[in-house]
Amino acid sequence: MMFSLFLTEGLGIQKWTYILVGLTFALYIGIAIWSRAGSTKEFYVAGGGVSPLANGMATAADWMSAASFISMAGIISFAGYDGAVYLMGWTGGYVLLALLLAPYLRKFGKFTVPDFIGDRYYSNTARSVGVFCALIVSFTYVAGQMRGVGLVFSRFLEVDINTGVIIGMIIVLFYAVLGGMKGITYTQVAQYCVLIFAFMVPAIFISIQMTGNPIPQLGFGSTLADGSETYLLDKLDGLSTDLGFTAYTKGSKSTIDVFAITLALMVGTAGLPHVIVRFFTVKRVKDARKSAGIALLLIVILYTAAPAVAVFARTNMIETVSNQPYANVPEWFKKWETTGLITFTDKNGDGRIQYLADTTKNELVVDNDIMVLANPEIAQLPDWVIALVAAGALAAALSTAAGLLLVISASVSHDLIKKMINPNISEKGELIAARLSAVAAVCVAGYFGINPPGFVAATVALAFGLAAASFFPAIILGIFYKKMNKEGAIAGMVVGITAMLLYMIKYRLGWFDDVTPNKSEWWFGISPEGFGTVAMVLNFIVSVIVMQFTPAPPEDVQEIVENIRIPSGAGDATH
Amino acid sequence: MTNKKNAKAYWKENIKYVLILMTIWFLVSYGAGILFKDALDTIKIGGFKLGFWFAQQGAMYVFVILIFVYVRLMNKLDKKYGYDV
Repeated sequence: MMFSLFLTEGLGIQKWTYILVGLTFALYIGIAIWSRAGSTKEFYVAGGGVSPLANGMATAADWMSAASFISMAGIISFAGYDGAVYLMGWTGGYVLLALLLAPYLRKFGKFTVPDFIGDRYYSNTARSVGVFCALIVSFTYVAGQMRGVGLVFSRFLEVDINTGVIIGMIIVLFYAVLGGMKGITYTQVAQYCVLIFAFMVPAIFISIQMTGNPIPQLGFGSTLADGSETYLLDKLDGLSTDLGFTAYTKGSKSTIDVFAITLALMVGTAGLPHVIVRFFTVKRVKDARKSAGIALLLIVILYTAAPAVAVFARTNMIETVSNQPYANVPEWFKKWETTGLITFTDKNGDGRIQYLADTTKNELVVDNDIMVLANPEIAQLPDWVIALVAAGALAAALSTAAGLLLVISASVSHDLIKKMINPNISEKGELIAARLSAVAAVCVAGYFGINPPGFVAATVALAFGLAAASFFPAIILGIFYKKMNKEGAIAGMVVGITAMLLYMIKYRLGWFDDVTPNKSEWWFGISPEGFGTVAMVLNFIVSVIVMQFTPAPPEDVQEIVENIRIPSGAGDATH
Repeated sequence: MTNKKNAKAYWKENIKYVLILMTIWFLVSYGAGILFKDALDTIKIGGFKLGFWFAQQGAMYVFVILIFVYVRLMNKLDKKYGYDV
């Protein structure tokens, strides 16, 4: 009886996954064929006529990656309060974008971020530094996405992880190369719908199950549904301290580090080229502001639900496995054990699972990523909900990968080839170059997805630090400080990104020493993830100092700055 | 010249709005969610300790509101200075 129940359940999930993933993929390909790009303008900025709502949805999907969908809730559920750095950091950056960057960059009316840097600082050196930073940031980021695609395929469709990466590559290749920004925009709109539905349905189910409240954002502050009148968070605080962990709502990072990481993530978000470039696709300056608001609203739906999912998942997991006999563990536990994402070693040989903060006695290691992927199974939700999570995770990973690939291909075909190597290239030639560089970028990303270099996982979070240390100050100063000149901006970017890279290599990758130096050696107690804040401040200081000793920018550049501060007359994005 | 004056006045008002909104942005996230978290945690609303709630919920809601307030303010300002074309 039990056996046959499991068997049909297993078949059900598998079939549902094939159906849902197949349907969504067919949808993305259909959109790609419908929205082919015919000109470079369509390829780079979707023709420049995207509505604020569509751009908001596309930005939200572009932004929410495999990390947001799969990993974030899991990380929070192990980090407790400290997880707030991701929640505030990855949303607060949109306030910076809407108030300080997007309207002006839209008015400026170019295709890429290095375009702005190169023109505002009237120098191809500045443009090259911009291209270099854009490529570093985007490649570290995209490799993680392809890995996420492979992971979902291997777990849910039971294909080899490498085959999964290749299937993902082909899909992205299809609509990114064919449709450029235009294809990407409209597939991202569809992908937002898929991913938000896939995230919210299980969250609502579990919220009702545990607290009786259908709104997860309220549910995790409610009392338990078991009639005990205990608040869920109080219960989880109790469970955590009983096992020797810090109370869930307390957190264990130092205040200065929480502060620094949050700021680095916010500023990094505002400096990410694939996010900024989305605001080049709308018609008017006011549309850029509005679509930033819509994007954040749509993102916050998921981001406020994620901490609730984290609490549900953590409580559920502790209650299901802690001190239970290993022989009785539910089926999902065994399934995830085979992927190596759950490991159990019976250290004291009592046949029970001891899950404790004390690493010498702890017997259970659970990977962050499982919390979202296995959560529906842990909560025994229907098969189609479990399959939906797979489709949602793929939508999140593919939409971000496509956005990043476009930045990479535009950096090569527009900033390098058109603006520096061969300015006489024809429109048609540039479009071909853009498509070819997209193909090359997909192949490189796929290669890193299949053979992930050890540093990828560590560097994805650091991509934000790199963006914060390089682009953000240069763009802000370019808009708000008319007298900022090329010498200042270039020196600032070079110092900022170098400081960030060195700190990251020393304290995260440990390439300078035999062992990676320990926490106690961090400058001011700030982790590499938070160092972007320090590097950003360095960039600002260096820029302003160097500016004092070098010639002021030419009159016409100062006029450009005055012009971008006024919203009217934002023409179409041009070369 | 009047054109330049107009632009300057517009820019000044814009900067004022940005500064006010950024102050709120800072207070809800870095203030309530991080620096004063422990003090606020002594206050409880339902099952939430207030500092924890700001860090994992409240700050994000305020962020969304801030952007839409800015959109409204700027649309009005654009009209006032004749930049809404």
